[in-house]
Amino acid sequence: MKLECKHVWEHISEYIDGSVDAKLREDIERHLEHCEICSAILDSTRNILILTADDRTFELPVGYSERLHERLARELENPGQDSKKD
Amino acid sequence: MEMTRTTEAGLIARILAGEKELFHELIRPYERMVYLTLFSIVRNETEAEDGAQEAVISAYRHLASFRGDAKFSTWLTTIAINEGRKRLRKTKGAVEDSIEEKEESHEGDYTPAPLTDWREIPLEALERKELREALRVAVTELPGIYRQVFTLRDLEELNIEQTAQALGITAGVVKVRLHRARIMLQKHLVPYLKTTAPARRGFFGRAL
Ligand SMILES: [Zn+2]
Repeated sequence: MKLECKHVWEHISEYIDGSVDAKLREDIERHLEHCEICSAILDSTRNILILTADDRTFELPVGYSERLHERLARELENPGQDSKKD
Repeated sequence: MEMTRTTEAGLIARILAGEKELFHELIRPYERMVYLTLFSIVRNETEAEDGAQEAVISAYRHLASFRGDAKFSTWLTTIAINEGRKRLRKTKGAVEDSIEEKEESHEGDYTPAPLTDWREIPLEALERKELREALRVAVTELPGIYRQVFTLRDLEELNIEQTAQALGITAGVVKVRLHRARIMLQKHLVPYLKTTAPARRGFFGRAL
C-alpha cells in the first residue's frame, strides 16, 4: 500500500517512539525512502527531541541544588518547623 | 541516572527506619525532574524553585505512604504536579485555570511544517545557543496540557504509562497530546531553522 505524506505525519510521533505496528512501520519506511519532505520533517522533529533531552537546553537555576539540600537539611533537623522558605 | 529499584527500595526502607539523612541521596537523581515538572506548570523560575522545595519536603514527610508497587519517580512526579497545580490556582484563580488546562481542542492545525534544508544544517548548528533559546521559549509557550505531557515524556523521559499515571490521564490521551506538542514545536522551530540554514532553494522548495 502506498502511503500519503499526510498519513505519515499522523503517525510521526508514534513512529519516533517505535510504537507503530510492524506493517505500518514498513510502509512508513518505504515512503521515507523516496519522500524528502517527510524525511526532513522526521529528522527535524527527532532533532528537536534530542535537543530537548539535552541537559543544557533546559537549565536549572544556579544554586538550585544547594538551596534544595539546605532546605531539606533544615527539615531533617527540625521536622515541620520550616514550612516557609526564608 | 535512575537508581535501580532495589537500591531505591533499600534506601527508602533505611530512611523510614531512621537513617533520615539518606533522603538527600534518594532525592538527588530526581532534583532536575522535580524542578522541570514544577516549571512546566507555573512557568516562573522562582515559583518553580519554591514549589520544588515544597514538593521534596512533602515527599519526605509522606515517604511512609509511598507504596513500592509504583515507581518512586512517578510518585514524586505526582507530588510535584500537585504542588504546581496548587500554586497555579493560587496565582491565577481556580476558574481560569480549569478552563485553560482541561482539554485539548479538536480544532487547530497539527500539520508539521515542511523544510528541505534541514539536512544541510551541520550538526554543530544544534549546538547553537539561539536554537536552545528558541526551543525553550517554544516549549514554555505551548498550551498547558501539551506542555505538561511534553515535559514529562520528552524532557524528563518518563514513558507513556508513567506520564499517564503522573498526570491522571489515559495513555491514549498522552499519545494524542504528545503528538500535537511535538508537531507544534516542529512548526515553531522550522521558520527559525530556515533563516539560519544555508539559503538554498532545492526542488522541493519550488514544489511547495
Ligand atoms: Zn511524504
